[in-house]
Amino acid sequence: MEAFGLLLHGFAVLLTWKTLLLMMVGLVLGIFVGVLPGLGGPNGVAILLPLTFTMDPTSAIVMLSCIYWGALFGGAITSILFNIPGEAWSVATTFDGYPMAQQGRAAEALTAAFTSSFIGSLVAVLLITFLAPMISSFALKFGPPEFFAVYLLTFCSFVGLGREAKHKTVISMSLGLLLAGVGMDTVSGQLRMTFGSAELLRGINFLVAVIGLFGISEILLTMEERLALRGHAASISLRVVLSVWKDLPKYWVTLLRSSVIGCWLGITPGGAIAASFMGYNLAKRFAKDQESFGKGRIEGVFAPETAAHASGTAALLPMLALGIPGSGTAAILLGGLMVWGLNPGPLLFVEHKDFVWGLIASMYLGNVVGLVLVLTTVPIFASILRVPFAAVAPMIVVSCVIGAYAIQNAMFDIWLMLGFGVVGYVFKKIGIPLAPFTLALVLGSRAEDAFRLSMIGSGGDMKVFWSNGLVGTITTLAIVLLFWPVIDRGFAGVARLVRPAKA
Amino acid sequence: MSNTELEIVVDDPTAPEENSPAVVSTGVVDVVVSLLLLALALVLGWDNWRTGASWDSTGPQPGYFPFYLSVILGAVSLYGLGAAFASRREAAETFVTRAQFRRVMAVFVPTFLFCLATQYLGLYVASFLLIAGFMRLVGKIALWKSLLTAFVFTAAMFVTFDIAFDVIMPKGPLEAALGR
Repeated sequence: MEAFGLLLHGFAVLLTWKTLLLMMVGLVLGIFVGVLPGLGGPNGVAILLPLTFTMDPTSAIVMLSCIYWGALFGGAITSILFNIPGEAWSVATTFDGYPMAQQGRAAEALTAAFTSSFIGSLVAVLLITFLAPMISSFALKFGPPEFFAVYLLTFCSFVGLGREAKHKTVISMSLGLLLAGVGMDTVSGQLRMTFGSAELLRGINFLVAVIGLFGISEILLTMEERLALRGHAASISLRVVLSVWKDLPKYWVTLLRSSVIGCWLGITPGGAIAASFMGYNLAKRFAKDQESFGKGRIEGVFAPETAAHASGTAALLPMLALGIPGSGTAAILLGGLMVWGLNPGPLLFVEHKDFVWGLIASMYLGNVVGLVLVLTTVPIFASILRVPFAAVAPMIVVSCVIGAYAIQNAMFDIWLMLGFGVVGYVFKKIGIPLAPFTLALVLGSRAEDAFRLSMIGSGGDMKVFWSNGLVGTITTLAIVLLFWPVIDRGFAGVARLVRPAKA
Repeated sequence: MSNTELEIVVDDPTAPEENSPAVVSTGVVDVVVSLLLLALALVLGWDNWRTGASWDSTGPQPGYFPFYLSVILGAVSLYGLGAAFASRREAAETFVTRAQFRRVMAVFVPTFLFCLATQYLGLYVASFLLIAGFMRLVGKIALWKSLLTAFVFTAAMFVTFDIAFDVIMPKGPLEAALGR
């Protein structure tokens, strides 16, 4: 039970007034961006990142992760009250959440959403607490070929399992990997793809790109849509909360199933959206009266919210243990870690114990504090939507510019960010996913280093990626995942051939 | 549960009309983006080839990894180009309507000017101008509200970044005159 002792130590690190205050501020800011239409988890974290640059790493990551939890909670508010999903993974919540609000059961639906988010996250954090140290100590034995294989697995699973058109995912990913290589080559010190520009010498900063891609492009997209809202105001009384909680044990199967789905899909990249739909669909399939789903059934809120939050939280597991983010937001948090000079990966657990366990402890505390905070402040946050967008938009623009400039004190970065804003806008509109780009940009140079080091080690022999059981399995798995759609179709074809023969 | 019957209604006076004509179709944008990516892949591929994309005694040269990535990017862009031409259905979809485009420009142009102003006037003056101007001109919000909001927000940013956290932002003549 070494983990348990370290966790207690983590709590001790956290329980200062300053950290608790930062936590509250982070949560409030997070709920704020979560509630604002068009802004969600990754955007919120990207925009608010510069606030944390001058803090010490532990405070900074606590605040950032609280912004993330807050944004997740906030997304549920708009889904239920206004039928506007703040994030793609809140879509499933609107199926039953909004009908409940229409029937005057908004308070019940909100309590259910917040509670199940809390449960989902808690299960995932428990998983992180006990699994992450094990995985990271296992990963300490990894050499460059193993690391490259794991990176390859991440990239391939995005291509093979993603819902977008395959070639668009590959475009996004190879572009990210290429841009990660701009600037000084880390191995030989030679300049690459700078075209004589002194500004490009520094390379393309990951956070500058992210702030543009997620912040500016989101403003452009939001502006384009009609911003008329019609929804329900709600306040939650203690009586409603207790009555929902009293019924909670009845739904333990749903909650457990969704948590497991969420954790599983969260660890594989890009899973939160799939998790929320899968949680909802399975709850529906196993229900006795399937007809009542979509008409305001409380299970229809429990199932997707638990799964979405479990996977949103579980996405942090590979980031902490292996340095590989499982979601766009996790990639941004990872970029943040690098700003503070922390190198994410298995060594983090050895070299920065205080930091890691502080972060894990903050996940527990942040969720508890967040639950209490949202339950008590829903009416205030729902009315944020009354603030005209024309007032919010320029403030977000200013925050983005401050963020882009603060990273390297370079005016050039402001223009670069603006450029990425336009790119992000166009990409989102023609269906090129941004998450693979983000992931590739943040992992690019490390993937390349791992590749080159293993090539140097083996003298240029590609067989090094199959040189032992572990690395061979990972590499093969990666290739299988890359061609999964083809293989899947092949299986289906074979099954169709075999079945008539039997009959 | 009487208090849940309160309704929140937000109307958007400047909302884009539903039946505005299309500026450009998704198919055209798809083709243009594919061509741009192809061009980028060619330029980067050439640059990496020049840097050295083969092997030497120490292992792969600096250009090796990015060169093959440019090859992948180029190949996929070509495929995307073909796919964009092949799918007629998607090609006809509207990428952006004229009313939408006008609204997007209503944010983009001020943002662009703001970045420009930041370079010469400093961030704080520029952000005051952006917020006040945007609220007044685009949002049609009362002048005093716009000015007050802009002032409060800019002042809050100044206190947070310049005074409390010592994050240096671009500054201009006003800050110089005030001796900061």
